Amino acid sequence: MALVWILLLVLAFVSAAIDGRMDGLTQGALEGAENAIGLAISLAGILALWMGLFRVADAAGLTRKLASLLRPLLARLFSDVPRDHAALDSMALNVSANMLGLGNAATPLGLRAMEQLQTLNPNPRAATDAMILFLVVNTSSVQLIPATVIALRAASGSPAPADVIGPTLLATSVSTVVGIVAAKWFARLSWRKLPSLAGEG
Amino acid sequence: MDVLAKALGGLSLWAIPFLLAGIPAYAFARKVDVYSTFVEGAKEGLQVALRIAPYLVAILVAVGAFRGAGAMDRLSDGLGPILAPLGIPPEVLPVALVRPLSGSGSTGLLADLMKAEGPDSLAARIGAVMAGSTETTFYVLAVYFGAVGIRRYRHAIPAALAADLAGFAAAVAIVHFLWNG
Repeated sequence: MALVWILLLVLAFVSAAIDGRMDGLTQGALEGAENAIGLAISLAGILALWMGLFRVADAAGLTRKLASLLRPLLARLFSDVPRDHAALDSMALNVSANMLGLGNAATPLGLRAMEQLQTLNPNPRAATDAMILFLVVNTSSVQLIPATVIALRAASGSPAPADVIGPTLLATSVSTVVGIVAAKWFARLSWRKLPSLAGEG
Repeated sequence: MDVLAKALGGLSLWAIPFLLAGIPAYAFARKVDVYSTFVEGAKEGLQVALRIAPYLVAILVAVGAFRGAGAMDRLSDGLGPILAPLGIPPEVLPVALVRPLSGSGSTGLLADLMKAEGPDSLAARIGAVMAGSTETTFYVLAVYFGAVGIRRYRHAIPAALAADLAGFAAAVAIVHFLWNG
């Protein structure tokens, strides 16, 4: 990210030097700084609303309920993890917490899942197929309600900030399915296969 | 296809009211102390906003300078003709490229895009759908693999990026289908 940041600033400087728009650069930078704080404040209210609401959902046991619905699905997907293994429970809870937008609660559950998957790993320095599949599911299936995006749309004056919810759910389903297929497919390519797992799959 | 548009629209319209009424009512029925639980969570939301503020300053200063200097126009002019046939507005590119790297960075860039092009422009909508449907892939991989000492990622990055790319392509296609008719 440091590289992206430097690149934006340096390219801005070069471009301004060529076009003689140094004043524009300065103005843009100062406005950006000012807007950032206004943005953080307008995000704060809506983020507080969602985190409050989903804390209530979590307290009512909805995370666990969702996890128990997801677990059989995950057991089928992770064919190389024993069906009664604790890693499946942690993964189901992590994915559920992510779906509900409980990012802070999701991370420790996800890390516990990784530790449990690591116990099944014959080569502790290399990722197993199951770990990769888990991270692909984790990074591609996200919140049921994209709270930050809705907050941004509301803050910038959209008349219907929530109208991206449906499209986002569809897009995230596509990305999850493609991710799972890609992870399964790449896992079959023998050139990166772990030698100790060569017989499987 | 009209059915799909209606279904997605209905989902968007109903999701928030349904959750807003449904979650507290369900929790109340299960004897959760809903009010103070909500306030506890809301406190955390405020902390998140406070925590990302300095990151937003960093990214919005950089992209503000980039835009103010005319470099964003240069980028759009240069890449527009290549991306146009794919239905990708060039303005959405910075958000799409930063999304897998940094959550607060892409939040800042998306805010900047909405301000510059309008929140309901095609570019801003594509950015919004994409940002909501993908994650900060590289960050998650680094944290999760790092925590258990994995050094060889094998096919993790290509598989995760394939998912991100599919999410982006789906965002482009869905937004065009719904709002560029």
